[in-house]
Order: sequence, then C-alpha cells, then structure tokens
Amino acid sequence: MMRRDLCFRILARHVRDEIIVPVYQAAQEWHGLRPDYALTYYSIGAMGQASSCALGLALARPDKRVLVLDGDGSLLMNLGTLVTIASQKPDNLLHFVCENGTYEANGGHPIPGRDQVDFAAMARAAGYVRADTIAVLEDFEAKIGALLRESGPVLVVLKLVAGPPPSQDYAFIHGAATRATFKRALGDTKSSRTRAY
Amino acid sequence: MSGEPITGDVILDQIAASGIEFVVSVPDITTSAGLLWPLVHDSRFRLIRVCKEDEGVSICAAMSMCDKRALLLIQYTGLLDSINALRAAGCDYKLPVCIMAGLLAKEPGIPPMQSKSFGVRIVEPILDAMKIPHALLEDAGDERHIHPAIDEAYATSYPTALLIGRQM
Repeated sequence: MMRRDLCFRILARHVRDEIIVPVYQAAQEWHGLRPDYALTYYSIGAMGQASSCALGLALARPDKRVLVLDGDGSLLMNLGTLVTIASQKPDNLLHFVCENGTYEANGGHPIPGRDQVDFAAMARAAGYVRADTIAVLEDFEAKIGALLRESGPVLVVLKLVAGPPPSQDYAFIHGAATRATFKRALGDTKSSRTRAY
Repeated sequence: MSGEPITGDVILDQIAASGIEFVVSVPDITTSAGLLWPLVHDSRFRLIRVCKEDEGVSICAAMSMCDKRALLLIQYTGLLDSINALRAAGCDYKLPVCIMAGLLAKEPGIPPMQSKSFGVRIVEPILDAMKIPHALLEDAGDERHIHPAIDEAYATSYPTALLIGRQM
C-alpha cells in the first residue's frame, strides 16, 4: 500500500505537457505539489465525472496525453464511463484510480464493496487495452515512465493508505480564473494530430 | 393547432451549420428514426455513444475548453437525470453545454407545460430555474432557433436546451 502524496510526487517529476484531470482530494494534493501546472483540468463538476471530462479532452485533443487521477468512490458513481471510454478507444488516455476504500472528502465512510471490488478487472472486462494494480511505491516509480508512453486506454489502480490531509483550496479548484488559465495553456499547445471519424 | 412537422434532415443541417463537430448521445425513441439513425451515417459529425447522459454533459463541457463544439442528444428523462452535472459544469462553471432533448410523449401542438405528462411539464420550469435558455423544435420552421441558440451558448459560455416536441 502506498501514500497518494508520495505517488503524486513521483508523477510530478515525470509529467511534461500532459493534461491532468484530478478529483477532489487528489486535486487538492496535486495542486499543492504543482500549483504552477497550468494543464491541470480541475473543473470536473459533479462527483464521478472526471473520467468523462478526460474523455472529452482526449477526443477533442488527440495530440495531447490525458491523465485522470480518479478516486474509487468517484469511479463507482460513474461506472458506465469504463464502457464508454473503452468503446471510444482514446489511445491518449491513462486512467489512474486512487483506491483508498473511503469517501475521503465526505467523512471517511467506506465505499460499497470495499476490499471486494476489483477496478482493474472491471476495466479489462469493459474493454480497456490494459489494466493493472500497483500497491508498492517502488513499483510505481519503476513503471510510471513507461505508463506515460503507453497506448491507451489504460487503467491503473493505485492501492493507497491515508496520508496527511492536503490543504484545501476549493476557491482555486472551482475558480473561473483556473479554467481560464487551463484554456489558455491548452490553446498555446498546437494540435498537430487529427483523427478520422 | 399542430403545423407541418419539423424533419430530421433540416435539424441536422442546422446542427452542422452551427459548427457542431461531436454529437454525444443516449438513444431516445423521440429522435431515433429521424435524427440519431441518420446521424450515424452523416460524415459531418462524430457520434459518441455514452452509457448515461451525465457523462455527455461532462464530455461536451470539456470539449468546449478545446474550442470544439459538441451537442448532447438525449431524452428529457436523461436531462432530468443529469441536472447536477449540468448545474456544476454548465451553470456554476459557465460552460456551453448544448442539449437537444426529446420530449417523450409530449402531445404535438400542446405546449410542454400543458402536457399530460408530468415529466414533460416540469422540463421548462427547471430550465428556467437554472436560467438555461430553451426553444421548442416541433413544427417546420422551428429549425431557425438552432443555429442562434448554439452560437449564443458559445458566445455567452452558458448551456442551452433545444426541446424536440414530437416524435420524428
């Protein structure tokens, strides 16, 4: 089992120009680590919608790699997304699921199916190109470089224990200025790849 | 009185003229034969079939950040099911989510708020409460609302709803 903040510290060293779509506490943690990373799409809206936002970004910008930092409770709220993503086959989408077994932002209550549900198996059954589970930080560090180059959609479950609570900055996460920064940063990156319908 | 019915081909032409590139959809019997099946073979659009309508709200919202225009083609029941996603991405974040929703079982020639269907009756009041502009597409000529509504959604960065008032 790993700490999310330590996983994200490793991830933060590897990202270059990928779009990052983090949810809830993962978003707070990512913002704390990389407050300057303008290609972070914080505007996931309703709970569970991060992967759907990521799919929209991935299809609209096939020249960019899109990384979702999803939560287990969030994914449970939108399980159909696995099938939708698999059917669209965005090869530029990498879907991380931070599995700590709890609704961390809502009192720490256990998710339904805690210790039973297998998100990687669900993703494989839905049709993801590949799905994996990582529970050891050294494994994550060893694999992350290759994962970021892999052709998707790929889902990786990160088995997590609770770490120190991240600072909370919802005004930033949901702010109009944050969206404007993202849109400007994304617009500054030229799309050179098109997809045939 | 009910006029000549609006047809799917003029709606598709107006959607295309509005710059819509992606159509995100959950099937609806109201628009299945007249709109969605023809759209499947229409090279002007890329169709994204989703499992649930709130996925589509998020996909359309995210695409707007990439300056891509998208339309969510669903049934009004899916619109009702997606209110929280629409509230967040469309109204709170002020993103241009364009929705075309079939009013299943609405009686032609009868305004939605006078329908015998409770579900149909509450659609417009909910949209009004969310300050989401809406227009009814039911009779020939109503297609004139499509292009301006979509342009306004992207100009003002706010959702819009086009309601299909009869089965096509």
